[in-house]
Amino acid sequence: MKKQMQLVQCTVNGKEVAEYVDVRESLLEMLRNRLGLTSVKKGCEVGECGACTVIVDGETIDSCIYLAVWAEGKNIRTLEGLEKNGELTRIQEAFIEEGAIQCGFCTPGFVMSATVLLERGEKLSREAIKKQMSGNLCRCTGYHNIINAVEKVMDENFEKKDET
Amino acid sequence: MYDIENYYNAGTIAEAVELLKEHPDARIISGGSDVLIKIREGKFAGTSLVCIRDIREIKGIERMESGDIYIGAGTVFSHITNDPVIQRWIPVLGEAVDQVGGPQVRNIGTVGGNICNGAVSADSVPTLFSLNAMLRLSDGKGGRTVPIRQFYLGPGRVDLQPGEILTHIVIPEREYMGYYGHYIKYSMRNAMDIATLSCSVVSKTDVSQGILEDIRITFGVAAPVPFRCEKTEAALKGMPVGEELYDTIEKMVREEIHPRDSWRASREFRLQIGGEIARRALIRTIELAGGDPS
Ligand SMILES: Cc1cc2nc3c(=O)[nH]c(=O)nc-3n(C[C@H](O)[C@H](O)[C@H](O)COP(=O)(O)OP(=O)(O)OC[C@H]3O[C@@H](n4cnc5c(N)ncnc54)[C@H](O)[C@@H]3O)c2cc1C
Ligand code: FES
Ligand code: FES
Repeated sequence: MKKQMQLVQCTVNGKEVAEYVDVRESLLEMLRNRLGLTSVKKGCEVGECGACTVIVDGETIDSCIYLAVWAEGKNIRTLEGLEKNGELTRIQEAFIEEGAIQCGFCTPGFVMSATVLLERGEKLSREAIKKQMSGNLCRCTGYHNIINAVEKVMDENFEKKDET
Repeated sequence: MYDIENYYNAGTIAEAVELLKEHPDARIISGGSDVLIKIREGKFAGTSLVCIRDIREIKGIERMESGDIYIGAGTVFSHITNDPVIQRWIPVLGEAVDQVGGPQVRNIGTVGGNICNGAVSADSVPTLFSLNAMLRLSDGKGGRTVPIRQFYLGPGRVDLQPGEILTHIVIPEREYMGYYGHYIKYSMRNAMDIATLSCSVVSKTDVSQGILEDIRITFGVAAPVPFRCEKTEAALKGMPVGEELYDTIEKMVREEIHPRDSWRASREFRLQIGGEIARRALIRTIELAGGDPS
C-alpha cells in the first residue's frame, strides 16, 4: 500500500471544489471526511444499501463503490445541496408528512434517488417507482410510506402541469 | 480506503495496453462494481489498477452503415437501456441489463465488465450469446475478434490475454434483423439480487405460415459457463407455432441444461424453473413478432 495523492477538481452542491485525495479513497470518504458532508452515510460499503447515494452528473450512484479520483470534472450533489434558504424541497417535506422516516439513516439516500426521479418529470406507476427506488434499503419503515411520499409529489407535479 | 497498490489512468486504448504491458500485475478497472467489491472482500486486496474510464472510444452505441451495432465496452447499463439504437433494434438487451442490481449499480456497471468478469449470473450475457455477439479485443496492434461463446473458458475464466482490453461488442445485422428476443431472470428478490437462473430466447417466426424459423436459447447459471441449448434449438427449428412447440422446448431444455445444487436453489428446482422460463420466453418472442402464439 502506497500513498498516492491526486488533485480532484469538481463541483459539489454548486461550489467549485479542489481537493488532494488519496487514490485509494472512495467518493463517500472524500465527501464525508474532507468536505464534511455527513448526509452521505456509510452503510454496507459494497454497493448494496444505497445509504451513500449521491447524484453525479444527473445520475445516482453509490459513492462507496466510486473512487474519489473519478469525481474529476463532475457535478456532484448531496442532500446538503437541496434546501434553499433554509427551506426543504417538496420531496423532503413529503417524507416528513408521510412518516417516511424513522431512524433516518437511509433517508438522505432515498431522498437523492427520489430527487432524480422527480426531476426527470415522468409520471410513473407505483410499481415503476418501486423499481426506481430499489437500490435503497430501509430497515425501519417497511418502504410503504417512502413510496407514498414519492408518489404524492409526483402526483402534485402532474396536477400542476394539468393546470397550466 | 481501498487496498490498492498502484493506480494508473489510461486516456486511450493504446495507453491502456501500454500500462498493462508495463505492469503485468495490474488489473483493469472500468465501472469498478466487481473489482472494488473484490478488493473490499480481500480477494483482490493489494492489487494495482489500470483505469479505463477516461477512454472515450469505448463508450456509447453506434449502428454502422453495414447495419452492425457497436456497443462500447465501457457503456454503463442505464445508457444501454436508454439508447435509441438499442430500443429500436435490440430492445431485449436494454431490458436484460435493466434487471441488474438497482438504479445506482446500473449507472456504474459496464457491459464490458459484466462480460470480462466471467460470472455465469451476468445479466447481459445470455442475450449477447443469443444474439451471436462478437467481441473486439485490442492489444495495441491488430487485435482480434472472437465470438462471445468462445470467450468463456470456465467458471469466472475468460479468454482475455495479458495486455488485452475488450473495446466493443458487435452485433452483426444478420443476427438481429427480423429476430425478437425476451430475457427472463429468475431471482429470489425482484431487485438487488443476482439470478438463480436466467434464460434469453431470440427467435425468428414466419408469422404468415405460423412457423418458427430460427431460435437461440441461452441460459445463465445452468452450467459452469453461459450455455446455449443447441440440441433443443435444432429440434425446434421449422416447427409450427403452438402447444406442441412449447411442450417440446420445456421438455428438451430440462434434458439439456445441467444446473448444480447451490445454497440459492437445488438442481431439481432449477430444472423445473428452466423449462418454464424457456417456454414463457419463447411464447413472448412469438408475440413480439406479431404472431399468434396459441
Ligand atoms: C450491489 C451490486 C449488485 C449487482 N447486481 C448484479 C446483477 O443483478 N446482475 C449482474 O449481472 N451483475 C450484478 N453486479 C455485478 C456488476 O455490477 C456487473 O458485473 C458489472 O457489469 C461489472 O462492470 P464494471 O464496469 O463495474 O466492472 P469492473 O469491476 O470495473 O470490472 C469487472 C472485471 O472485468 C474486467 N474488465 C472490465 N472492463 C474491461 C474491459 N473493457 N476489457 C477487459 N477487461 C475488463 C476487470 O478487470 C474485472 O476483472 C452487481 C454488483 C453490485 C455491487
Ligand atoms: S454504503 Fe454504499 S451502498 Fe451501502
Ligand atoms: S428509517 Fe431507519 S433505515 Fe430507513
